[in-house]
Amino acid sequence: MKRKRTAESYCLGIESTADDFSVGISRFDGETLANVIRAHIPPEGGIHPREAARHHAEVASKVLEEAFKKAGIKPQKLSIIAFSQGPGLGPCLRTGATVARALASYLRIPLVGINHCVAHIEIGKLKTGAKDPVTLYVSGGNTIVSAFDSGRYRVFGETLDTALGNCLDVFAREAGLRQRIGEPFGVVVERLARKGKRLIPLPYTVKGMDLSFSGLLTAATNLLKKGEHKLEDLCYSLQETVFSMVTEVTERALAHTEKKEVLLTGGVAANKRLQPMIKAIAEEHDAEFCVVPSQFAIDNGTMIAWTGVLAYTHGIATPIEKSFVKLRWRLEEVEVPWIKRSSHC
Amino acid sequence: MDKTKQPLLIKKGAEASLYLADWHSRKVIMKKRLPKKYRLPKLDDQIKTYRTNHEPQLIHEAKKAGVPTPTIFLVDIKSATIIMEFTEGKQVKQLLDEISRSERYRLFLKIGELIGRLHDYGIVHGDLTTSNMIQNSEGKIFFVDFGLGEKSKELEARGVDLHLMKRALQSTHFRFAKECFSAVIEGYSKVLEVETVKNVLDKIKEIERRGRYVTKRKGGEE
Repeated sequence: MKRKRTAESYCLGIESTADDFSVGISRFDGETLANVIRAHIPPEGGIHPREAARHHAEVASKVLEEAFKKAGIKPQKLSIIAFSQGPGLGPCLRTGATVARALASYLRIPLVGINHCVAHIEIGKLKTGAKDPVTLYVSGGNTIVSAFDSGRYRVFGETLDTALGNCLDVFAREAGLRQRIGEPFGVVVERLARKGKRLIPLPYTVKGMDLSFSGLLTAATNLLKKGEHKLEDLCYSLQETVFSMVTEVTERALAHTEKKEVLLTGGVAANKRLQPMIKAIAEEHDAEFCVVPSQFAIDNGTMIAWTGVLAYTHGIATPIEKSFVKLRWRLEEVEVPWIKRSSHC
Repeated sequence: MDKTKQPLLIKKGAEASLYLADWHSRKVIMKKRLPKKYRLPKLDDQIKTYRTNHEPQLIHEAKKAGVPTPTIFLVDIKSATIIMEFTEGKQVKQLLDEISRSERYRLFLKIGELIGRLHDYGIVHGDLTTSNMIQNSEGKIFFVDFGLGEKSKELEARGVDLHLMKRALQSTHFRFAKECFSAVIEGYSKVLEVETVKNVLDKIKEIERRGRYVTKRKGGEE
């Protein structure tokens, strides 16, 4: 069953996998009408799933209202509701799913459950025009190098333990740094790193196309506690090391798949040091470098809305009784029928 | 290296470039680690030197473990170059689609056995993919590219090594991944003791859980 994509149809997408609650509205032709994001910043420590979920529940109606206002449409104009069904933190996902189910049943329109990782790739493709890229998706929760082959996004490389973004976040917290709205830990570390000059040796752990950050994080934290190095130098060394590692595995995937585009997406994609590194390997392999604009790099509702459009117009809908959240829903488990079959096996 | 004439670039990998060259009237592979523009020169040097240094050692050690590998002729740390025997044959990656199911089974049984020998000897390959295995005309399988390998008998290292093999099969040969990997484990079990194999398999499961590989859902909400 193939449904038509018309400019008069709209999809509302709800994103709530981690510390952000966001609502995006996308027209079926890809035009973004609204992308409202509310971040939950814990007073101390990392994200507490239940605290974050409480935040999401509190702001949900405001964010929805703002999104409709921005888009200039009434709820009755919506054709479908999409929500991120996983992977992510249970309580956060459930809050978003509850809002989505309520809206869909109230408006009597179809519900579409979307994989968060697929959405990061699809919004990157939509906003940059990339067609068939090798994607490096780096965020607080994920570090994945993937490319499309035979109906699915295949995972070529990923972290074996913690995510790159989380590695930076934890280090920043250990260093006593503070994040604010509009300036998450990653940005704080990046700012300090720019003032760093001395490269301090840290474990560089690449295993095949996979990565490991936990040993490196421990080493960096221990150095921090010793207090022999300037924080700027540590941030600089940390960034240089982790970014070199992801760039190396992305290049390996690029050499292996021989694709002609490299897409950088996810929250860490906004980093001004990582961008030129990925650009360098793209050039080295005659591939085009594409980076998602920063408002769509972080977790956002628009990416869910747009992927909802793609899924729905290719016959995918999620009945409410099957809309339970999937905490560990892997990227390669998802069929992506909107991409034509390509390349080798 | 002045006796090398017109090296021919045969593979531009991400980690190194491979050239086919003529060296003292021998057909050789020149593996050269070129500077990576994205990395800081200091970090780049450290990584290149470390790998150029360790790879030939591991390739040599693997032979002692009973795993065919190319013979090393020369190592030049300064230019990050390794000159080694040219292994003529086909990459397992290229073979896979041409052979029958039973041939595939035998091939991966053998591969599993070779991995077992490496692990038993205390080496982990670090990049077990079907591109890094070459079958020559006599049917002998050579392991190449030990650039990410290490000397280790640790369960974690062994588990990750096999996990990478599994992942490489899933991403590139997803149609045969399951049968190939189970043949690998069968071959692996021929070499290592039952207890060790069990521990490694448990480790792989643990790694998969850690890296969010497993959906624990058994119907209904998690």
